[in-house]
Amino acid sequence: MYAQLVSTEGMKKPEDMTPEERAFQERIDRGEKIEPKEWMPEGYRKTLIRQIGQHAHSEIVGQLPEGNWITRAPTLERKAILLAKVQDEAGHGLYLYCAAETLGVSRDELMERLHSGKMKYSSIFNYPTLTWADMGAVGWLVDGAAIMNQVPLQRTSFGPYSRAMIRICKEESFHQRQGYAVMMKMAAGTPAQKAMAQDALNRLWYPSLMMFGPSDKDSVHSAQSMAWKIKMNTNDELRQKFVDQTVPQARYLGLTVPDPELKWNEEKGGYDFSEPDWSEFFDVIAGNGPCNKDRLGARVKAWDDGAWFREGLVAHAEKAAARRAPIAAE
Amino acid sequence: MPSLPDMTTPDVAELARSAAAHTHHTEIPKPDAGQEAFFEVLLRLGDATLILGHRVSEWCGHSPALEEDIALANVSLDLIGQTQMWLGLAGEVEGKGRSADDLAYLRDAWDFRNLLIVERPNGDFGHTLMRQFLFDAFHFELLKALQGSSDPRVAEIAAKASKEVAYHLERSSDLVIRLGDGTDESRRRMQDALDALWAYTGEMFVADDKDREVAAAGIAPNPESLRAAWEATVRDVLGEATLTIPESTFSHKGGKNGVHTEHLGFILAEMQFLQRAYPGCNW
Repeated sequence: MYAQLVSTEGMKKPEDMTPEERAFQERIDRGEKIEPKEWMPEGYRKTLIRQIGQHAHSEIVGQLPEGNWITRAPTLERKAILLAKVQDEAGHGLYLYCAAETLGVSRDELMERLHSGKMKYSSIFNYPTLTWADMGAVGWLVDGAAIMNQVPLQRTSFGPYSRAMIRICKEESFHQRQGYAVMMKMAAGTPAQKAMAQDALNRLWYPSLMMFGPSDKDSVHSAQSMAWKIKMNTNDELRQKFVDQTVPQARYLGLTVPDPELKWNEEKGGYDFSEPDWSEFFDVIAGNGPCNKDRLGARVKAWDDGAWFREGLVAHAEKAAARRAPIAAE
Repeated sequence: MPSLPDMTTPDVAELARSAAAHTHHTEIPKPDAGQEAFFEVLLRLGDATLILGHRVSEWCGHSPALEEDIALANVSLDLIGQTQMWLGLAGEVEGKGRSADDLAYLRDAWDFRNLLIVERPNGDFGHTLMRQFLFDAFHFELLKALQGSSDPRVAEIAAKASKEVAYHLERSSDLVIRLGDGTDESRRRMQDALDALWAYTGEMFVADDKDREVAAAGIAPNPESLRAAWEATVRDVLGEATLTIPESTFSHKGGKNGVHTEHLGFILAEMQFLQRAYPGCNW
């Protein structure tokens, strides 16, 4: 769930729709995919740009918390696995920016909106990774929560987004397994390793639950996105599913989920659990999470410091084209 | 001039004996007889790929374009993979039961045998690319020669690694050319990087007794034999990049014998932290 609080226009009733809008909605209802050059309502295009853009930004900002441990990975094998994983995240960013470009926005424009703070990325990446166990917990919980949202999005109505999600989900599920494998080693390790694993779960449990966003039961925005099949489930449905899946995994590791209210509810066939502290969530979204300034600062620095590099490549391409031109003219 | 105070401690011998009795010193392993030079040369290979792989991985998430993040992670992954093979073989040749991880994570700087150029700080992206190019051009020739090694394990590793390094060289050459012949600023940055790193290239081609012993056994080439081909590549690429090769022939040396720059200690402090702070864990 790398897209949180994506705003969209209010939902129109069928009788208020233009004939084009009605035909469009009917295509979606029939399960057809919408392709980039086809007609679409402006609201659909804008909402998708926001959502795919936010997802892409989350992938590239998401390189940072795990990149933080690449140079300190404890073995050569772990270093290689972590590098490959972070590289996958960069690759996901690339597919998603490409998917957004089909909607008529350039990657540079999206970057500019990220750097100026107009666009957001997932709140989870504003939390620090403090020990090696966080490399396990991030894969297990954060990628686990992301998959929960992205698996249904494989069926989303916009063709390029749906196809990007199919590729991304395959890799994410591998990432989650590697995260869990790290946790298994830690939980079965020395007392210090086990304590590290529990500490990571304690710190990342509620921020992971926040990844699904606040309850959106009554949100008109969500209703429109769901009608367009840009959003496939409510935030609460996905959060419940995540908790139900994750609690037994934590027990298998011998770790304790940091929620004294956690209890199986036979009637609903799922766990009852405590809500995260939503005031903390809104603080993080507003820029006051533990790492917001560092994360965005690192991305802006990379972009600004690299300007000469990108300009150099463009200048060379222009020179090379100019050198070829006279030959072509002959 | 004041004289230094006389610090006579009457029972110094006793103190030393009791200190020794309470300290547990693990013995530093020595390679099996006859394998010393081979072990040493394998460390030179594996330590170079380890330290360069580490440096390149520092860019992860911070490079000038998403495509570069992906490409650098690839290069770093290749180098770490090669490290696993070279240091794994080094442990085998040493015959003392040390794994590739033991060698990577539990030696101190003086036991590292990498060339100094790979431990130089990343600097700006131009610096990183120039370091990569100068090393790739050498690495490519080295691996080409190692494919003909009399030791089949060495030849096999070299065959696999040289496919990867052919790509590294293609990529770094291409970028050096494009940035050298790009804007005034990109040219200046690439020239600065070349000027700063040039004095670290000579060490690649200096042969010592260990190199000569291993070369005589047909296991690895004499580094001196690689210079001409390296120079040809470097002249071609830097010429096309419109960069000027520095005239100085001075060269820093020491890495191959464990005398490093101050930077290596910090690399190891970071890289080895978990293994040192939590010894004997399974990760």
